[in-house]
Amino acid sequence: MIGWCDTVRKPICEDNGMTVKVKFFASLKEQMGCDGATVEIGEVATAADVWLQASGGKALPPNVLVAVNMEYTDQNQAVKSGDEVAFFPPVTGG
Amino acid sequence: MKIAVDTAPFSPWEALGEYEREVVQPSFPGKYGAAATFVGTMRDFNDGDAVQGMTLEHYPGMTEKQLELIVAEAFEKWSLLDALLLHRVGALKPQEPIVLVAVWSAHRKDAFEACRFLMEALKSRAPFWKKEQLDTGHRWVEKNTEGY
Repeated sequence: MIGWCDTVRKPICEDNGMTVKVKFFASLKEQMGCDGATVEIGEVATAADVWLQASGGKALPPNVLVAVNMEYTDQNQAVKSGDEVAFFPPVTGG
Repeated sequence: MKIAVDTAPFSPWEALGEYEREVVQPSFPGKYGAAATFVGTMRDFNDGDAVQGMTLEHYPGMTEKQLELIVAEAFEKWSLLDALLLHRVGALKPQEPIVLVAVWSAHRKDAFEACRFLMEALKSRAPFWKKEQLDTGHRWVEKNTEGY
């Protein structure tokens, strides 16, 4: 368990008031120990930067899918303050 | 067209009859000659193990958004009159229906192909996740079986 749920992780850069909402689902949520958090981002940031910030520097597992504002994308996608960034394992509905 | 994600158990056959009677027939009287449906039901086995139950998690908001995109794609690719897509979430037991996909068109080719497309696209793109309850504990389903 990573006990950072409901906290705002401090970025390496200066506090600029820019944040994104992070969500985890399914097995990844269990691995992370919570369903999401708010993290601060720099002026220029990607989904990969958000993952690093939210995970405390862990490597992004290779099969993890990335969505920004509920649309599929990849970890190189630029994100801006106010975005919702989700990380989750391959989907298995139906 | 109707898309719904719900925790409540449902009868796909009753939902299908009701939707055709109350929506499709009045909207397209005499115009549809084909309806194709797929119903997915929970098994009591998977990967060689007995399965007692299942929890279906989803990403509220994104699930509906992706399902709407998938249905819109189907309407672009095929000549369709109407579509119905229902999906369970939450706690399920074996024999309970998980998903209903139904499409109506003038001719069978569009209905058959669109129904298949919708089901396969849903399985690969809609953010749902299955967690199985086994005799020995829980496990996440890691990938879908091949559909084609």
